[in-house]
Amino acid sequence: MAAEREPPPLGDAKPTDFEELEDGEDLFTSTVSTLESSPSSPEPASLPAEDVSTNSNGPRPAEVVLDDDREDLFAEATEEVSLDSPEREPILSSEPSPAVTPVTPTTLIAPRIESKSMSAPVIFDRSREEIEEEANGDVFDIEIGVSDPEKVGDGMNAYMAYRVTTKTSLSMFSKSEFSVKRRFSDFLGLHSKLASKYLHVGYIVPPAPEKSIVGMTKVKVGKEDSSSTEFVEKRRAALERYLQRTVKHPTLLQDPDLRQFLESSELPRAVNTQALSGAGILRMVNKAADAVNKMTIKMNESDAWFEEKQQQFENLDQQLRKLHASVEALVCHRKELSANTAAFAKSAAMLGNSEDHTALSRALSQLAEVEEKIDQLHQEQAFADFYMFSELLSDYIRLIAAVKGVFDHRMKCWQKWEDAQITLLKKREIEAKMMVANKPDKIQQAKNEIREWEAKVQQGERDFEQISKTIRKEVGRFELIKYWEAFLPEAKAIA
Amino acid sequence: MEGRQEAGKESKPSSVSVDLQGDSSLQVEISDAVSERDKVKFTVQTKSCLPHFAQTEFSVVRQHEEFIWLHDAYVENEEYAGLIIPPAPPRPDFEASREKLQKLGEGDSSITREEFAKMKQELEAEYLAIFKKTVAMHEVFLQRLAAHPTLRRDHNFFVFLEYGQDLSVRGKNRKELLGGFLRNIVKSADEALITSMSGLKEVDDFFEHERTFLLEYHSRIRDACLRADRVMHSHKCLADDYIPISAALNSLGTQEVNQLKTSFLKLAELFERLRKLEGRVASDEDLKLSDMLRYYMRDSQAAKDLLYRRLRALADYENANKALDKARTRNREVRTAESHQQLCCQRFESLSDSAKQELMDFKSRRVSSFRKNLIELAELELKHAKASTLLLRNTLVALKGEP
Repeated sequence: MAAEREPPPLGDAKPTDFEELEDGEDLFTSTVSTLESSPSSPEPASLPAEDVSTNSNGPRPAEVVLDDDREDLFAEATEEVSLDSPEREPILSSEPSPAVTPVTPTTLIAPRIESKSMSAPVIFDRSREEIEEEANGDVFDIEIGVSDPEKVGDGMNAYMAYRVTTKTSLSMFSKSEFSVKRRFSDFLGLHSKLASKYLHVGYIVPPAPEKSIVGMTKVKVGKEDSSSTEFVEKRRAALERYLQRTVKHPTLLQDPDLRQFLESSELPRAVNTQALSGAGILRMVNKAADAVNKMTIKMNESDAWFEEKQQQFENLDQQLRKLHASVEALVCHRKELSANTAAFAKSAAMLGNSEDHTALSRALSQLAEVEEKIDQLHQEQAFADFYMFSELLSDYIRLIAAVKGVFDHRMKCWQKWEDAQITLLKKREIEAKMMVANKPDKIQQAKNEIREWEAKVQQGERDFEQISKTIRKEVGRFELIKYWEAFLPEAKAIA
Repeated sequence: MEGRQEAGKESKPSSVSVDLQGDSSLQVEISDAVSERDKVKFTVQTKSCLPHFAQTEFSVVRQHEEFIWLHDAYVENEEYAGLIIPPAPPRPDFEASREKLQKLGEGDSSITREEFAKMKQELEAEYLAIFKKTVAMHEVFLQRLAAHPTLRRDHNFFVFLEYGQDLSVRGKNRKELLGGFLRNIVKSADEALITSMSGLKEVDDFFEHERTFLLEYHSRIRDACLRADRVMHSHKCLADDYIPISAALNSLGTQEVNQLKTSFLKLAELFERLRKLEGRVASDEDLKLSDMLRYYMRDSQAAKDLLYRRLRALADYENANKALDKARTRNREVRTAESHQQLCCQRFESLSDSAKQELMDFKSRRVSSFRKNLIELAELELKHAKASTLLLRNTLVALKGEP
């Protein structure tokens, strides 16, 4: 049943079609058994840029045509294996991404496989041009909700536990509906794992909501006032959006960490996300170092596309920030307005009371009531504004920061490449000198070094290309998603 | 900043209606006003067929201080003790908006030119609104004086209306201001004293009732006025907030190149229109509600003053009675004491009568004015709410229809 699959994109590995497993067995369990059978797992190092599709290993496309589920398993197996190997294997997951993500219409890439109907993975065609656009790929077959914040524990050790509910028809999950309890640091842990795996290869990992010491402390201390409930609500909504964005990303969806996060009932406590821990400090130092680095790296951008995009993102970032600031001011003033209206309503009521002309008195008290209603309305409006508009904007600002981070990684990669090249040259020179001076053993050593460095150079180059490609892909996805996401809530908010 | 205002030609945003009782024998209006650096010059035009005046139509230029002078002249005049003197118009105050304009001028460079132009426009509109209000207040003051059968016959009033040259009323210098201030303190102390005097019994229920009512009313209306001001201010801030939002959306829209662009542009337009609407809501509220409340706050203060004067007269009367009794027991100076007592009695009586009349007038005036303003306020709010719903709905349709 070769499904219709058309040339799926990029071949990264196998397109397996998880969904198709009729028996809905847990792919992984069966996969594990077949692990051995899988041919060489893709070694991280050999990510050939152009050769993306052949994941140099694993069941070649040929096998893939088989309808047999078993074969699919194979494919998966490979992926499984690779996934476990040192993190540099993002490519793998891209294929069978069940998640349907809105497709980039025009841009080059989007390894999106349209899941559903795919029964048999088809041979991959490397030609990107043939990527079809899943028309309106908005079929979400995975839905995530974050709800029911509950306070667990007491005092300073208390935390809020959120229920994460997943409804999915993807067969890579063991059940179609399940929920687990997670706390905020779990989310952060997930993010840091994903980031460490994917960020430096060029994928845009959605940023997690920020830690807020003040907010959490208030909640911990147990103040039952409106600001802490607001805070919890804000956080819940942000976490939900974060998870939704993450699963929309085809590559990230395949990640076992993500799956574990969604499925397993117990999660090892992610300790190094605590704000004041050693890891936190390390992170801060790293960030500072990065910032300095950024200023010193001078890269001559050979690719105009990148330059343009970077510029665009800069602009977008600035504008979004401005818009965000104005919207915050708007929300604040609206809250003020509602408070003032309430106060006025009260005094109008009192005035009505003291007025002895009955009709006027009645009129005034009605005025008071109306004002009160208006005040409620304003409050609601303020909240709506806030949640939809403002939060969305801040999400985007963070996303853009993530994008910038990705670009930065690219620069670093380039620099490494450059460095490797330079070193190679030096080594060559040394070799030449050695030749002249005729010292055989040194020559040998030099030759070795040269080989080593050559390899590194090649590696660097490949990395760089890879990153560039991935970035392009990602940016394409990002743009489209951004549009849809931004559009809908705003329209709703207006109403 | 120069600004000219044709108050007579356009509909005056007056929140207080003055019923001229169809009496056209004396009509006063402020036909023009010019604002110069610090002061505002009003052109007061009078049309009258009264014999006092040399001509039937004439106009003079007056400044704010001269209005205050007139008001004080009334207040200090014993004859009018039994009447509610219309409250003096408030000083024209452009400080706030002038400051804002200045701040805008030095403003930061992050606002685009369109934003700057819009904000400047807003501020100018605000300035104009304040200007109009102050003209209206002054006019209402004069018109109430002209309408009142007793007050309009005051000589000072005539001088005010007619005397072609500058009345050379200098603003109160510091000594006078201080004096005025002290007098106020004395007055309120006196009042407190009188009211707490045990011997003083209010003979008339009506006045007793009025007193309690007025006291309470005055404080509550002052409260309401303050809060209404705050509401209006928030509304204005809100309207102003829309400006940067709209500008940012605009620039976002011009950056993007596809479907999102039109959405952004539409949104920008939406916010722009919303802003205008909000601004109008704010200014309407301001006019109808706040101004009215403020005016009646002052008016009720004037009524309170009247009551105080009456009370004072009562106290004097009582004192005169006591003095008479004392004189009678001592049998000395009975005559003078008697005549003094008579005088006080008469004064008290006449005061009471006129006060009663005035207070009734006050009430009916107040009721009708509130009614008119509240009705207008409700209608306007309704209109604006409908307009904004329509606007939002249209934009929503347009946005949905996009992709």
